[in-house]
Amino acid sequence: MTDAALPLQPDAASAERPETQSTLARVVQYTGLRLVALFFTILIGVYLTILLANMGGYVDQIRKNYIREQVALSVGFNDEFKNMTSEERREHIEKLVALQEKRMGLDQPFLLRSFRFLLGAMTLDLGWADNMSSDSGSRMVRNIILERLPATLLLFASSFFMLFFVGIFVALYLSRNYGSRLDRVIIGLAPTSAAPSWFYGLFFILLFAALLGWFPFGGLVVAPPPESIVNYALSVLNHMVLPVTAIFFSAIFLGIYGQRTFFLIFSNEDYVDMARAKGLSDRVVERRYILRPTMPTIVTGLALSIIGLWFGSIVLETIFNWPGLGRLFYLASNIFETSVIVGSTVIYAYLLGITVFFLDIVYALLDPRVKVGGSPGGHV
Amino acid sequence: MTAIRRTLAALSQYPSAVAGLAIITAMVLFSIYTVIAIPYSEAINLWRGGEGVWLENPRTAAPKWFNLFPGVNLPETITLGPAGESDDAAVHKERQVVSEEMTDVITTFSFEYTADDFPQEISLFLTSEHEQKRPLVSLTWLTPDGREIRIADVTVEGPVTVRFSQEEKLQRRLDGQRAEIALFADPASDEDDPRPLKGAYQLVAAGLVFEDDADVDARLVVYGQVYGLAGTDHLRRDLMLALMWGMPVALAFGLLAAVGTSVSTFIVAAIGAWFGGFVDAAIQRITEVNLILPVLPILIMIGLFYSRSIWVMLAALITLSVFSSGIKTSRAVFLQIKESPYFEAARAYGAGNFRIIFLYLIPRLIPTLVPGFVVAIPSFVFVEATLAVLNLGDPLLPTWGKVLSDARVNDALYQGNYYWVLEPAALLLISGLGFAMVGFALDRVFNPRLRDL
Repeated sequence: MTDAALPLQPDAASAERPETQSTLARVVQYTGLRLVALFFTILIGVYLTILLANMGGYVDQIRKNYIREQVALSVGFNDEFKNMTSEERREHIEKLVALQEKRMGLDQPFLLRSFRFLLGAMTLDLGWADNMSSDSGSRMVRNIILERLPATLLLFASSFFMLFFVGIFVALYLSRNYGSRLDRVIIGLAPTSAAPSWFYGLFFILLFAALLGWFPFGGLVVAPPPESIVNYALSVLNHMVLPVTAIFFSAIFLGIYGQRTFFLIFSNEDYVDMARAKGLSDRVVERRYILRPTMPTIVTGLALSIIGLWFGSIVLETIFNWPGLGRLFYLASNIFETSVIVGSTVIYAYLLGITVFFLDIVYALLDPRVKVGGSPGGHV
Repeated sequence: MTAIRRTLAALSQYPSAVAGLAIITAMVLFSIYTVIAIPYSEAINLWRGGEGVWLENPRTAAPKWFNLFPGVNLPETITLGPAGESDDAAVHKERQVVSEEMTDVITTFSFEYTADDFPQEISLFLTSEHEQKRPLVSLTWLTPDGREIRIADVTVEGPVTVRFSQEEKLQRRLDGQRAEIALFADPASDEDDPRPLKGAYQLVAAGLVFEDDADVDARLVVYGQVYGLAGTDHLRRDLMLALMWGMPVALAFGLLAAVGTSVSTFIVAAIGAWFGGFVDAAIQRITEVNLILPVLPILIMIGLFYSRSIWVMLAALITLSVFSSGIKTSRAVFLQIKESPYFEAARAYGAGNFRIIFLYLIPRLIPTLVPGFVVAIPSFVFVEATLAVLNLGDPLLPTWGKVLSDARVNDALYQGNYYWVLEPAALLLISGLGFAMVGFALDRVFNPRLRDL
């Protein structure tokens, strides 16, 4: 989307602040405020997720029926209860069901329960999964999810850094050689970013795995995993090439387009002409007078595009069989493993929150207006 | 109208925009044609009809134009009979009276086989008309080099399908080789790498009927490896149907989602900017919460727990996008023009808040809405495809995303059925590029600051 490249002005830090505060205190206060605000936004987001996932109590009804069925079955098959009259047996079943429901907290009103779920969801304390287990054999939802997190982070951290550095250098180069053939080619490619990463993943699999056989179709490592750490890392690297390239390819051209535009706008400012007139070298002008003021915007744009990429990962990882969160989410949604679905959604909310927070810190560090204590939402 | 004409004139300066407009126009025309040629209910019936509708199509067959590649000569499907229904000279049917009680109904299918590869399957569909005594049909295969192979003897009761590869006795006679290979193989070729023998083949279905007016009809289908313009999927369905119907669905979804999202975001931003104070602050906070909401996981949950209908998804997507980050940019511009004197004039003559918002504030900025809206269309088209790939596509409609999803689930890439992935992907890419190219050009036209860049 286009607005990914546009500035996002954080405005939680209010303008009225005593002028006497030190820079450090201001930055700390700013980030602290943002942290609290973000926590509450995550809280609200997760609560909405829970309401949605529970279908207003419908899932609980399913669970209640399941408990009743299980209890009835176990009582029916147990020889100890053979001699009971049907009346007694029914009473016994009712008692067991009530006990079980109380244990799972299903006897409380939904509003109360939803807050209990919220607490559980925020701490990822979502109990046990019914039909899924982690690779290490745990059935705890938290273990299942946390086990998958590193693979996803690995994929996205490498893509992010590649996008960031390649994007800035190419954009700077293009803004210097504005109007050249390379410039026009890359700008002409910007519309390709309309397609998500998985879409290019399909093409890459077809080309580099199926036709050329250079890279594996998918997965994290070869089976069986190599013994030595070096070989293991090399194998992971080999498997990473295609998914990372797909992410990179799906975002890089639009990123370059946006950054180049900002560089060009800023390099037309009077103070840049002034600096050039002073005889400063191109390198210094670029670093101090162009890169510096555009940095907050660029970081924002990139982080926003990363937010988009988080969701793209669900399909990307599914297509590449990458054992990360996205694939977990896909598997869980295929077998209705509600607790894992809710847990993954919560993790995504956290990841988004952390991304936004990281953005704010960078903003606070880079944007002089935050540091000096002026109004950060400067344009209004 | 003049504004539109001026915009078009400005757009014609950009060759990419002209190409994009051409793509969009072609898509719209093709969509209209599709909806008229294959009405909605018929499309769904065909797509959901299962194997019955597509019985005579080969499975996962490549498109026919594959044969245009040098060195590729894959067989097409040969469908013959029943005699009388098709005035095909290749089907010959005659009755020979054997005795008083018995009549031989002999149907001979003749066809030329010229492909370099073997057919996929061979099936014979038999139907009979009789009262009590069931006709007995014996099948014989005649190869171009004069060999005669007995296929099977079948008693026909109601419609009977003889699948050659499933006839156990035949398989034993052919030393365990698959029937469609053994029947077409050149005996002179290497046994491990058999080549088909080209020439005129015949299948003789000799039906012995035991009643005077009893009859046997047969229809031979030699399934090829190529089919139609688009090929078929694992359920023998013609992919052309999904590719055609995917276009109006994608256009409608992308357009409605983009209009819904950008217009609602715009209105919310305008309201916030106009009222300011508490309303504005509330909208800002909601936007921040919304930024953290994981949109795709929530959409997936809605698909899982509530409904997979494409329209429910559309509504959910728009709802989740109302408070998107676009609000911030729109709001900034609204705040700027809010100070214009004509708002004061409007207020002075007594215009209400909403009158000002909808008749003064919003129309002023509609041009800035257009580029973002056009650029957003392809991303929503891809959202539909994304949901479909996650098995959350509309349960009824054939869409491009569902074709991709079927291809993925059936390992099309591993098994070399590239056309299955490439066709919907190419359509998605072309339509996405069309809108994106126009949108980027519009952006330059409407944002003069970018025009020189």
